[in-house]
Amino acid sequence: MITVEHLTKMYGDFTAVSDLSFEIDEGHVYGFLGPNGAGKTTTMNIMTGCLSATAGTVKIEGYDIFEEPDQAKRLIGYLPEQPPLYLNETPAEYLKFVGQAKGIKGAELKEQIEEVMEQTKITEMRNRRISALSKGYKQRVGIAQALLGNPKVIILDEPTVGLDPIQIIEIRDLIKELGQHHTVILSSHILSEVQTICDEIMIIAHGKLVAFGEPEKLTSQLLTPNEITITADADQKTVREIMRKVSHVTELTFSEKEEQYTTAHIKTDRKNIYDMSRAVFTAFAKQDTVLLEMSLKQANLEDVFIELTEETAEDQESGTVKENGENANKEAALKIARKALGEDAAAGETESGEKEGIGE
Amino acid sequence: MTAILKHELRSYFHSFTAYFFGAFLLVVTGVCSMIYNINQTISNFEYVLGLGCIVLVLIVPILTMRSIAEEKKQKTDQLLYALPVTTTQVVVGKYLALLVVFVIPLCIVGVYPLIFAQYGDVYLPTSYGSLFAFFMMGAALIAVGVFISSLTENQGFAAGIGVAVILFNYYSVTIAEYVSSTALGSAIVLCVVAALIAFLINYLTKNENLAYGIGLALLAVITATYLINSEMYESLVPKIMTELSLFERFYVFVDGVFDITAIVYYITVIIFFLFLSVQSLEKRRYN
Repeated sequence: MITVEHLTKMYGDFTAVSDLSFEIDEGHVYGFLGPNGAGKTTTMNIMTGCLSATAGTVKIEGYDIFEEPDQAKRLIGYLPEQPPLYLNETPAEYLKFVGQAKGIKGAELKEQIEEVMEQTKITEMRNRRISALSKGYKQRVGIAQALLGNPKVIILDEPTVGLDPIQIIEIRDLIKELGQHHTVILSSHILSEVQTICDEIMIIAHGKLVAFGEPEKLTSQLLTPNEITITADADQKTVREIMRKVSHVTELTFSEKEEQYTTAHIKTDRKNIYDMSRAVFTAFAKQDTVLLEMSLKQANLEDVFIELTEETAEDQESGTVKENGENANKEAALKIARKALGEDAAAGETESGEKEGIGE
Repeated sequence: MTAILKHELRSYFHSFTAYFFGAFLLVVTGVCSMIYNINQTISNFEYVLGLGCIVLVLIVPILTMRSIAEEKKQKTDQLLYALPVTTTQVVVGKYLALLVVFVIPLCIVGVYPLIFAQYGDVYLPTSYGSLFAFFMMGAALIAVGVFISSLTENQGFAAGIGVAVILFNYYSVTIAEYVSSTALGSAIVLCVVAALIAFLINYLTKNENLAYGIGLALLAVITATYLINSEMYESLVPKIMTELSLFERFYVFVDGVFDITAIVYYITVIIFFLFLSVQSLEKRRYN
């Protein structure tokens, strides 16, 4: 469907996208994930023909976006980060223009406009000025525009940025619906969003593709759960004693002291986390010590994300700053990743992203 | 391209732009023809256009200022890049819409000579020849305006620069008389122009090497030719300024001569500036 090969984009000396290659199949929802400034928008702009590439090719169903832009563009509907709307027009007028520019005519155009308005639920707003619409509706008009001409691929750049919680949920549902008839590629820096909407995730950092796969597979492949948190009805010393009898413990740390209970974090190098939990449980049972709570820390995408972005940052910097040691690099990378994730964590908690609205 | 054309026309006629432009043009030509044809009972309609053409200095930039600048500001240019239309189609579509807005008031003006012909002897070929030249000159100025609009995303800035450029062109013949006509003076002025061209290239392409290269090459050519044959530079700048004047060529029509070279010149200007506008838009794609 879409083949991207060795795509590179330089802005002067700055490399926004570096040697990016991937392939996209029909009928999935793809998530393009990465911290701000990772090169997501640049890649999308190149794929849709809005931007030239310094090197590399993009082919849509075999049509090169640079060589045969006309055919290639007809297969794509694109919604940039800021919906490109003519504010003093109505959605109906606007869609008519976009439809005509896409070469749709007469009765078919009318039919398609009705269809996409229905699909994006903007029929009631058809005769209002776009400038008077709420941000959520503007986004819908933007998506409606992308849907005209029934393109095979819909590319959405950060479609939920700046919307309120309800609008975010509505837009996500809409995207899921679109995924049934189109191939959808969306970018986001919000992990929970990508995790819920997409079947396939591409993680991009520093202009490079660092991971590609299904959300579950990504997590299971890249990070196996390796931490158990227990709360025991005993003091630290006893817990330490008991744990000494359990093998494969790589790290044992205690939370701040509580009055009666002890909370410990156990890290292990065992492949199967349940083997470990079984061993811990048995050890405590043998000593007649009550385990009040035991939880396994499941790796989530956030961890994958931090791990991967950190690795790429290291790769890039290690060549130049060897003397500073790895720690400095790691910290720098973590800082970058955390910074990007700081917004996400806040957004994730409320399932909404009120904060990102302000942040953007 | 027709989609762009229709869309532009709709937006011009939905806003005040087209009406303001048309009304202003009609008021000025109306007042001029009242002065000449009615009050002074002169039967030459072309004088009306000869006097009235100064109005273009003001209204053309106001008409063209938003054509591309506004797209950039509202980020709708992204849509145009993503649609299956070429940049040339976008620019030509926009330009044709502007021409339609310009032609409509001119059609009304075109009735005046016929009306006056009812009451006296009006030499219609000169009248309509001048009207045609007026249209061609306006079309050339609009192309210049579109190009200026493509350089910025600030409409006001586009209008300001547009007025300055067209006003300079309007007075260039008068100014030419005051410009130094010595060979050295001309050479120095040309060197400054070469530097400005290099600056513009740098702004458009963001390619310093190219800008320096072209700038230095031009300077070298000017210096070399000046050293070899300085006579060539005698009163060269005033001559160039007169040659480049769009308005000066129009006055030839007002004097009753249908000058084909002027028409060719106008068409060249149109193509040149539309080409530059396309490049200016394409440049954004290359950043």
